[in-house]
Amino acid sequence: MSIDTKEIAPAPTGDLGGLAQGRSGLRTLKNSIAGVVIWGAFLIALIPLGWILWTVLSRGLSPMLDATWWQKDQSGVGAPGFDHNVRGARHAIVGTLMIALGTSVIAIPIAVMTAIYLVEYGRGGAARAISFMVDILSGVPSIVAGLFIYAIWVTFFGWQLNGFGSSLALVLLMVPVVCRSTEEMLKLVPNELREASYALGVPKWKTIVKVVLPTSFSGIVTGSLLGFARVAGETAPLLILAQYSQFLNQNLFSGNIAALPTLINTNLPNMAGDPVSADRVWGAACTLILLVLVINLIGRLIGHFTKVKG
Amino acid sequence: MAGPTDFIVWKAVLLKITRIGRASGLAVAAALALSACGSASNDDSSNTANNSGAAASSSGGSGSSADTSCFSGSLSAEGSTAQQNAITQAISSYQAKCNGAKITYNGTGSGAGITKFIAKQVDFAGSDSALNPDKGEPAKAKTACKSDALDIPMVTGPIAVSYNVKGVGKLNLTPQLIAKIFSGKIKTWNDPAIKAANKGVDLPGTKISVFFRSDSSGTTDNFTNYMNTVDPANWPDKHDKTWKGSVGQGKAKTAGVASAVKATDGGIGYVEWGYAIQNKLDMASVDGVKLTADSAGKAVEAAKVVGKGKDLSLKIDYKTKAEGAYPIVLVTYEVVCSKYSDATKAKNVKAFLSYMASSEFQKQLTGVGAAPLPAPIQSKVVESINSIS
Amino acid sequence: MSSSTGASLADELPDPDGRPPLRGDGAGTGRRGDRLFAGAATGSGLIVIAMVVLVGLFLLFQAIPAIGEDKVNFLTSRQWQVSARKFGIVQMLWTTVATSVVALVIAVPFAVAIALFLTQYAPKWLSGAAASLIDLLAAVPSIVYGLWGYFIVAPKFEHVQSWISDVFGWIPLFDRVGGVGGGTTIFLAGIVLSIMVLPIVTALTREVFNQAPMAHREAALALGATKWEMIRTAVLPFGKTGIISATMLGLGRALGETVAVLYILSSLPEGSKWTWSLFNGGDTFASKIANSASEFTPGLGTGAYVAAGLVLFVLTFLVNALARVVIERKKAFTE
Repeated sequence: MSIDTKEIAPAPTGDLGGLAQGRSGLRTLKNSIAGVVIWGAFLIALIPLGWILWTVLSRGLSPMLDATWWQKDQSGVGAPGFDHNVRGARHAIVGTLMIALGTSVIAIPIAVMTAIYLVEYGRGGAARAISFMVDILSGVPSIVAGLFIYAIWVTFFGWQLNGFGSSLALVLLMVPVVCRSTEEMLKLVPNELREASYALGVPKWKTIVKVVLPTSFSGIVTGSLLGFARVAGETAPLLILAQYSQFLNQNLFSGNIAALPTLINTNLPNMAGDPVSADRVWGAACTLILLVLVINLIGRLIGHFTKVKG
Repeated sequence: MAGPTDFIVWKAVLLKITRIGRASGLAVAAALALSACGSASNDDSSNTANNSGAAASSSGGSGSSADTSCFSGSLSAEGSTAQQNAITQAISSYQAKCNGAKITYNGTGSGAGITKFIAKQVDFAGSDSALNPDKGEPAKAKTACKSDALDIPMVTGPIAVSYNVKGVGKLNLTPQLIAKIFSGKIKTWNDPAIKAANKGVDLPGTKISVFFRSDSSGTTDNFTNYMNTVDPANWPDKHDKTWKGSVGQGKAKTAGVASAVKATDGGIGYVEWGYAIQNKLDMASVDGVKLTADSAGKAVEAAKVVGKGKDLSLKIDYKTKAEGAYPIVLVTYEVVCSKYSDATKAKNVKAFLSYMASSEFQKQLTGVGAAPLPAPIQSKVVESINSIS
Repeated sequence: MSSSTGASLADELPDPDGRPPLRGDGAGTGRRGDRLFAGAATGSGLIVIAMVVLVGLFLLFQAIPAIGEDKVNFLTSRQWQVSARKFGIVQMLWTTVATSVVALVIAVPFAVAIALFLTQYAPKWLSGAAASLIDLLAAVPSIVYGLWGYFIVAPKFEHVQSWISDVFGWIPLFDRVGGVGGGTTIFLAGIVLSIMVLPIVTALTREVFNQAPMAHREAALALGATKWEMIRTAVLPFGKTGIISATMLGLGRALGETVAVLYILSSLPEGSKWTWSLFNGGDTFASKIANSASEFTPGLGTGAYVAAGLVLFVLTFLVNALARVVIERKKAFTE
């Protein structure tokens, strides 16, 4: 769409000389200023991006490039000053991924089914209410989600905190992201496809499962990965719910489990004076960005390459 | 990045010197200890690599690992940030001896530690203050444990009054000056009152920026208790975990205060000694007494045990007249059950805490900015730990 | 969460290959399948409603006893001393709103300009890549913004801030505040928040601009309008409601942001003087809760923080609902 405009835009100036002369200098000036401002806004927005990436990469890349970073946990970590080894972040990387995975397993089915309801079934008040609630859910501050789960999990049931508790809090944050993007995708499926299927006597649910979902599959995957990326980078609920552990724990349902944000938090008090702690902090920050970016990228690539299907 | 690298080298040299001074040739013992305990685990390489320093110094004391009882399994604890570095080091050296022991400690704050202990989320809690009867904590802990809970003092962490004034490497403050600065009554560094306490020091006219902990903290509790005790006229508020002053800016956690003081010319704040060392902050003397392990230890010696039975709550005498005592100290406790419903848990807690209380480990504490327990208290602590079942 | 519903949901989930989970033939199964499938879809929708209602109820039930015990007016007092049973939210409300408004005041003009750039100005080869770059800002976790803002930007920002105070100090908003140094102020928190919400507002605005009717744009150009005039007459008016709702959604995001604000912003001592200045410190609802999270004990202490959380929830709820209303209106108007 926008490309067309650009092809048309210069036409009046070039071909209709008379009209162009009719433009006062002031109008042309305004036009040029607007162009400069708009280009400028974009370029200025790149400054913080570059600055952040530079900050994190220049400080966090070197610990991250060490193979031990990916292979070892923080087992045997000593007090700063006694301890000259950065060691690894495997426990935190695995923990982050596991917590986010646990979240996805619960959140994606709920989100996708809700989106199906909204697009395929929902009519009237009920649909509007649910759609509204999805919006509200997307506005629930992450710290409130953490508080909520803490109250249920610990205060009410008195259960031992574990990785799954964190997953549950993140479900609240993931559902709206996945639901909204799935909804958008389902809406894009042409109605003709559905009608053709009905005309062949295929029941509605089979139509949805065999026609609608496959058509929008790539979009749903993209949305899910974006949701995954969002919860993987989330910190606030983990401050309340996740019990950091320096050891690798591969069981989401038992024991303390580390995550990259809590690894950062644990090493924060010493980082101003202890280069080893600082390396861990920036290394973990760098890894977290990288993780989120890679997942984002995969999501986008899937979206890009499978688009043809629809 | 020259600074930090210099620091590593300097620290390494210093550690080596102290180690050699303390016990000659005990690296052999350390190596033996390592090979004796740690062949089973897959994390060997990392342990051997990183603990060459820590383990060597840990065995520097009595040199024997025979009296350390090992366990394999996991223990989880949470609480005070004031003892985080100390307990991290304890876990590290203990793990070097006992590779199967997986102990985690989360430094989330004393309150969190006690809350989680009461909610049966952790096996023991680290706290800057003993369980508080006013809040019904002992009773709640008793319900959680199904037995009395004990406060066991373990790490005495002096609180450093850290400052950052360009060109001033040595500063002496009196208790009144501390109260006046933190209550905002003294506003610049060249105030006549400060000058009077620092003859011969060239103090600039920089504005004083006070930093305090914005989170609820045992360090704040102890520090305000100190000011209220020594100078109630200038600090009338009773001790509290949240800051009650009317000047200054709050920073989240020790990390926030330490880095803010570090970054602000004219800044002053209170941080646990260990973090002041780690962040290379200048520390003020109190009444001419510099903060050292010795001077802090003297203040702890003057403390009285007020706990009943095996409970060892201490009361610090901030006004202590003991010669050369640095009075602003904070005792952090390990809060444990006197009887665990799970016998293995009891055994594990006992094994680890016994190691922490041993002279072997207590000697290491100065390296992380804490003072060793004075001998009379230490023996009571050992007795208390042994009573856990 | 009711696990039974969760399990049945999983059973109903279609296989990615498109293989139906339940086999059978004929319309009978179809109808039963229909019922099951519709039930599962409706059930999911109900779970979503239940989540929001539960969060709201939980906040309410925990908050009410605490507010009842409050010795000062919850809504009008500045005091927040949980141990003394004094919970007043004014300071937090001001800080929360001020940081978010600063964020939006900066972010929205930028977002609109960038959205125009992406849809109208950028050459084709650049447009996609440029959009991804802006989206990249959304991929940076908030803890990283916090680290960056506090350790890197704040020390440098102090000079900028003191310059603004020198020049514009006569405006109460830019008054110099003695107590708070090191650049760790509402203003800086607002700037960092503005960077964080920029990609969201940009993405939504871009979407709307893309939908501006081609006919209007071509007509404007054909009438001899300059590119800027075309944008002003054909694109911006069309996107106005979109910009408003994007702003609201961005605002909702900024209000609830926790960790970045927690790291950057200095807290104020209890007895500090009230000022309208943006160069003051403070606590937002979210940062206060997160900072005190370690001290949550069951009972009134936690209740006070939950009450603060409730106010935040209501605030974001209202902002989101408002955005929703704006969008609905627009839909009704265009359809």
